Amino acid sequence: MGRQLSEAITDGILGGGVYALMAVGLTLIFGVLDIINIAQGILVVLAAYLSYVLSVHLHIDLFVGLLVTVPAMFVIGVAIHWAFIRPLRGRERTSMSLLASYAVAIIIEGLLYLFFGSNYENLRAWYVTSSVKVLGFYLNYIYIFGFALAIVLVLALYITLYRTQFGRSIRATMQDRTAARLVGIDVNRVAALTFGIGVAVTAAGGMVFGATGGGFNPNTGYDLISRLLAIIILGGLGSIAGAMVAAIFMITLEGVVDVLWSPSWSVVVFYAALVLVLAFRPRGLFGRTAARAQ
Amino acid sequence: MRRHPARFLILTAVTAVSAVAAAACGSGTTAVSSGAGKPVTVGISLPLTGDFSADGIACEKGFELWASDVNNSGGLLGHPVKLIIRNDNSSETTVKKDYTTLIGTDHVNFVLGPFSSLLTHAAGPTVAHYGYSFVEGSGGAPSVYDLKEHNLFGVSAPVVDQMVPFANWVTSLPASQRPKTAAYPMVDDPFADPPVVTAQAKLQNAGVQTVYSNAKNPINPSKNLAPFAKAVATLHPDAVVLGSVDVPTVLAFIRGFQQANYTPKILIAASGPDQGLEFLNHVGSANATGIMVPDGWYGGFQNAESHVMVQNYIAKFGGTASGINADVAESYSAGQVLADAVIATRSFDNARIIAYLHSGVTVQSVQGPAKFNAIGENSVADSFIFQWQSGRFLQVLPAGTGSSGILATKQPWLTG
Repeated sequence: MGRQLSEAITDGILGGGVYALMAVGLTLIFGVLDIINIAQGILVVLAAYLSYVLSVHLHIDLFVGLLVTVPAMFVIGVAIHWAFIRPLRGRERTSMSLLASYAVAIIIEGLLYLFFGSNYENLRAWYVTSSVKVLGFYLNYIYIFGFALAIVLVLALYITLYRTQFGRSIRATMQDRTAARLVGIDVNRVAALTFGIGVAVTAAGGMVFGATGGGFNPNTGYDLISRLLAIIILGGLGSIAGAMVAAIFMITLEGVVDVLWSPSWSVVVFYAALVLVLAFRPRGLFGRTAARAQ
Repeated sequence: MRRHPARFLILTAVTAVSAVAAAACGSGTTAVSSGAGKPVTVGISLPLTGDFSADGIACEKGFELWASDVNNSGGLLGHPVKLIIRNDNSSETTVKKDYTTLIGTDHVNFVLGPFSSLLTHAAGPTVAHYGYSFVEGSGGAPSVYDLKEHNLFGVSAPVVDQMVPFANWVTSLPASQRPKTAAYPMVDDPFADPPVVTAQAKLQNAGVQTVYSNAKNPINPSKNLAPFAKAVATLHPDAVVLGSVDVPTVLAFIRGFQQANYTPKILIAASGPDQGLEFLNHVGSANATGIMVPDGWYGGFQNAESHVMVQNYIAKFGGTASGINADVAESYSAGQVLADAVIATRSFDNARIIAYLHSGVTVQSVQGPAKFNAIGENSVADSFIFQWQSGRFLQVLPAGTGSSGILATKQPWLTG
């Protein structure tokens, strides 16, 4: 039991990194635009398909392929913002953005069915099926690489937010959109670029997601979005560090419950933990107020 | 203005008769259409999108092939078959609505069952409410037959017994060759678990020690299965009997085993390896070799009707016999049973079809004979165990005419 528990914690931490890659973009978009991107789940799947095409048809390594898929997803993100989000105005903007992003999700899912069909696909590479033995535990290379990638991307986002002029514009827009406009920040451009960055980060999450697990098809996104939303709410909407910590915490908790109790209850505990934390800390672990104070 | 009570009475009577006629159209009895050549409509709900979409599309091909073959032979009692297929998106709620629409609004002559025990169980009571016969090819779980619907007929072998030939083979091995330990990981699915539970009971009785079993706490299939695969791998069981529902489940466990450098000597899965090329393309020919799966049908099945169906399938959809998904045969055989009943009763009356199929008659299909007991189980269904060997899907159990030799030990995984 002790070994199983240790293994569950280790796997949970590494697996949490995968979810962090998928959740970070979602919380960044909310932080700046005040919208919840329901399409995040299908965008993860889209990214997985892009990696699949590069891997299978052009024989490009999955991580090397990120050099193509990250910019591609950035362009897709900017295009989605321009076509569906930017036209939304007024007090109903936040609620309408849910409908708009849901529409985007349906469209992307339909296109994926059209191009790829319903069969499950998966990403392959030597590090997907190989592992390294550390202190008696088998640690899968893809999870180790994915976790490392999550750390790198979170750091890169932090540096962008706190060491660059553009990052300052993003933080100003997050804190007060009107005031940011008054000091000359082009908030629409910031919003578009931030949306693009949020979707671009998803490229990494999609690739790792596609390489772990048993496969993906256009329908896989539905299972993801509810978990990602729970993670970013727990971490604090708009907090990148919060998304990382919450992802690791939730996935580890789920793995521990699987071992100590039952797989049937781990999903319940996953969402019950969210409710409990919010009961004592309504803005989440690293809430938006904390992010603004940084 | 003059009142015309007689006209009023006539109008009322006509309205009442029309209402009764309309109600009759929504019931299980359907008159034979008077117009020669008027299509006989068959309604089906299939998961063309959603979790079961790969199987749903395979089922769709099976039904289309059946309808095409029937029409090429002159139709049903001279009437061409027209399929009306609705997409239930793998949803239990939608499948109920689909059959309500097919029967209540579209007024189809017949319905055939959806894919999977889950959806068949959901749709069963709805179809029963309308008195329609419900011949289905893909719902063999105990939960379906627990409905005890008089109108339901499961053409394929009941899943609870599907692994019995495998269990019998293991218990027949000499003690020195028999596995000492076994693991029984299962996902939560009414199709995946019953055959594994049956196999576990038989193997335990034969002295095979159970080192892992989650029969009481099956895994949600949407979860990340890697930790569970690693948990099994850590125990190094000789045999793994996997309660899987699709290719991704099997692949997740295979990957978990590869990552833990563990290869079971014997590996059988409830479902997934029977998906033909889709399974082989994901797992690879070398890694697939040795993996077993129960099924009621395969492309090389020694059955005259199956041979014809396979040739017609290849002509219509391309591919090879071994690449044909077993769902195609399940759907096709459901259509065959319905057609046989229509021809035998010379009517489109659902009540007569139900009575005929419960009369003890044996119907032939591409999956072999079908004879239904009181709760709709096919009591004479064939159940086979198949094994992948060097890219070929071979029937290995029961041993006998037409079967191939079984690979008793799985070779280590190839990684990378």
